[in-house]
Amino acid sequence: MNLTLKIWRQKDSNTKGQMVDYKVTDISEHMSFLEMMDVLNEQLVNSGEEPVAFDHDCREGICGMCSMYINGEAHGPDRGITTCQLHMRMFKDGDTITIEPWRAKAFPVIKDLVVDRTAFERIQQAGGYISVNTSGNTQDANAIPISKHAADEAMDAAACIGCGACVATCKNSSAMLFVGAKVSQYALLPQGQIEAADRVRNMVEQMDAEGFGNCTNTGACEVECPKGISLDTIARMNRELMKANLK
Amino acid sequence: MSVLNSKVPKGPIKDKWTTYKDKINLVNPANKRHIDIIVVGTGLAGGSAAATLAELGYNVKAFCYQDSPRRAHSIAAQGGINAAKNYQGDGDSTYRLFYDTVKGGDYRSREANVYRLAEVSTNIIDQCVAQGVPFARDYGGLLDNRSFGGVLVSRTFYAKGQTGQQLLLGAYSAMNRQIARGKIQMYNRHEMLDVVKVDGKARGIIARDLITGKIERHSAHAVVIASGGYGNVYFLSTNAMGSNATAAWKIHKKGAFFANPCYTQIHPTCIPRSGDYQSKLTLMSESLRNDGRIWVPKNMDDVMAIREGRKKPTDLSEDERDYYLERRYPAFGNLVPRDVASRAAKERCDAGYGVNATGEAVYLDFAAAIERYGKEQAKIHHIENPSKAKITELGEAIVEAKYGNLFQMYEKIVDQNPYKTPMMIYPAVHYTMGGVWVDYNLMTTIPGCYCIGEANFSDHGANRLGASALMQGLADGYFVLPYTIGDYLSDDIRTGPIPTDSKEFDDVEKEVKDRIDFFMNNKGTKSVDYFHKKLGGIMWDKVGMSRNATGLKEAMVEIKAIREEFWKEVKVPGGANEMNPELEKAGRVADFLELGELFAKDALTREESCGGHFREESAEEDGPQKGEAKRNDKDFAFVSAWEYKGEPADAVLHKEELEFKDIELKQRSYK
Repeated sequence: MNLTLKIWRQKDSNTKGQMVDYKVTDISEHMSFLEMMDVLNEQLVNSGEEPVAFDHDCREGICGMCSMYINGEAHGPDRGITTCQLHMRMFKDGDTITIEPWRAKAFPVIKDLVVDRTAFERIQQAGGYISVNTSGNTQDANAIPISKHAADEAMDAAACIGCGACVATCKNSSAMLFVGAKVSQYALLPQGQIEAADRVRNMVEQMDAEGFGNCTNTGACEVECPKGISLDTIARMNRELMKANLK
Repeated sequence: MSVLNSKVPKGPIKDKWTTYKDKINLVNPANKRHIDIIVVGTGLAGGSAAATLAELGYNVKAFCYQDSPRRAHSIAAQGGINAAKNYQGDGDSTYRLFYDTVKGGDYRSREANVYRLAEVSTNIIDQCVAQGVPFARDYGGLLDNRSFGGVLVSRTFYAKGQTGQQLLLGAYSAMNRQIARGKIQMYNRHEMLDVVKVDGKARGIIARDLITGKIERHSAHAVVIASGGYGNVYFLSTNAMGSNATAAWKIHKKGAFFANPCYTQIHPTCIPRSGDYQSKLTLMSESLRNDGRIWVPKNMDDVMAIREGRKKPTDLSEDERDYYLERRYPAFGNLVPRDVASRAAKERCDAGYGVNATGEAVYLDFAAAIERYGKEQAKIHHIENPSKAKITELGEAIVEAKYGNLFQMYEKIVDQNPYKTPMMIYPAVHYTMGGVWVDYNLMTTIPGCYCIGEANFSDHGANRLGASALMQGLADGYFVLPYTIGDYLSDDIRTGPIPTDSKEFDDVEKEVKDRIDFFMNNKGTKSVDYFHKKLGGIMWDKVGMSRNATGLKEAMVEIKAIREEFWKEVKVPGGANEMNPELEKAGRVADFLELGELFAKDALTREESCGGHFREESAEEDGPQKGEAKRNDKDFAFVSAWEYKGEPADAVLHKEELEFKDIELKQRSYK
């Protein structure tokens, strides 16, 4: 199929960006979206132009690096996937596709489609861990039984890949699904209880300091999340925060 | 004579590590504050090492090329992590894990290292649970296990199909705690481009800030390389797009020997390739072989009918199918080790029985498992005489709970529903057992330069068993390196900070800058990918699943020719002082073009078949093992450690003889 691409080009964080049109031809429907981008970039390199910079790495939907806003949707027009898992069979011959970076105050553009997500790093550093040193003599892994239900639910929250689609898709640029997922994972496990109050307070404080917006229960994040993180995690985070503040 | 000293401690194998730990020199906490360590790579090995070293009190500088340490490719490991916990009471023990790993590696690994790995494996699970890693549990609340290829016990711990992700996030959380304390300085979007030696010791690195293009000098008292494997030398592999060998190759060129580059794991269960545009291959976890049965049609007529779309795989009755692994290896069946399963798939496809248009695919079928689980569930739920549809529904629910994310991944890529029709799979490059040579301390032949995780060669011999990569990465990073590096650094307590304004830093920085200038100024005509794909094609065809002397000699000549063309014709657009992904790729491919040739040379030198290295000239000629790999212990029971001498073809071989005192050398039979 033949396609027209409208892509955000921006030299660096200090330069103004703009949408630029490109054409690609002979795209197979079995290609992934990023393989289509490879075709475009190979074309640009061969004609002496600078290729489009975009983040990508594992190309199997787990590293969380890829981050394109395609036709107005984070990770494009399919559900439960990252950009790298989007396939061209979702498009038709002759389509025009608009490709933008994540747009949020807390995610400044570095170049073209690449954004700076280190705000997420700082939130995790504020409390996204259990304080246990490596010793080799913590208690036996089976010493504290954990109900299968709690373990599974913690795993579902922990499945977050930190891609930032939730922020990109939220009209408030809220990071609550991301933070809620991490808070929930630890809140559901006995190992996470001791620091629970400090953890949620510190992570939420850092989230606010980074300039992420608030949650107004629209639920777009849950729809666009490639890993199906549930809105329940936000409710749990709010509950944890309230509990912490009452202490 | 060899200059290699493995420094394996004396004494019985069971006591070596304990005795070693009792006797090493320690650095007191006050002095650790004055010692800096650089860790390159933040996967399971690098991440766990950085966190642990920082907890101990060292000043750690950690580097990764991704925008966050959490994105290192360990994250993509699906199936699980082995540990000799024996929670299932099925006969597991440290010795058995040790034995399985040495046997699985086709007796080409160092016994003492493997025993230590098995010994600390149980600590890993304890540590990860304490960190909040949500491992799968059974209804009693205790940890669940599954079985993996090449073993007869269930010792694999898992977190759905995302075990690597959860373990890495555990290590990442431990890192975050230390970053917050200021004990780890984290350099995201940075790439190490060379190592700096002062007085023969590794004392720093030159790195490029991938956002600004700035070339930076970083000094330390020791440098730890944890940059993963070199599978992307094949262009197509299950590695991440950015996975590269540059850090490992640069230390090789500065004096670290490179060991067994020809030991590569071709993983049997990957999604087959579909076209020339393909940028990478996707693995389907080996855990699927617990429940999936692998087959091709028995009759060529059916193969043709399937390829032409006249028949569906589900149309074939049981006796029209060839479950070739169950047929050839009755004891292990679908759970033979990876190298054996891959070669068996290749054998069937080479014979013409491949089931897709390219002829390079076999079936992985879940119908039997769905029926088995469905019947079991019907019984549990007291459903009398369940209908076939009900059984299927119940069975699919169990399969979904076990492998749901993998099935979804498959469906997104292939556009077929694997609950209803068998998956198509084919082997793909997945992991490299070879790597930088290290001694028992995990130190390379450059003093003060360590290498851990997949980047080193140490524990898996010629073939790695499933769920052992995660184990090794975390063992090295959490429990081995933090001890061994202290012994070395105890000499550095009075050294003081290493200055970066020395001649040594000047010289290496100049080399790095010259190479970048070359790429920016070379007005070539071909893209970096052009060369990478060409290299990958040769590697797959001539240095792939089976190898022979003629092909390997050709490969060496052809790779050298591509390398020469690369340095004339490569074209890199953009500038040096900005984010430039093409420039990053150019440097990595330049290194692969050297590594590929050494790889072929190593494969040519090793005139035996062992593990992932199959030489056509060395196969069993008759008897029950006819056609199976033939190892030659008399002549090849050694590690090939290569010393850099300029051109890869001129590399000098050093042999570390392997001694097997605790395990009897036997033919590896899974029949």
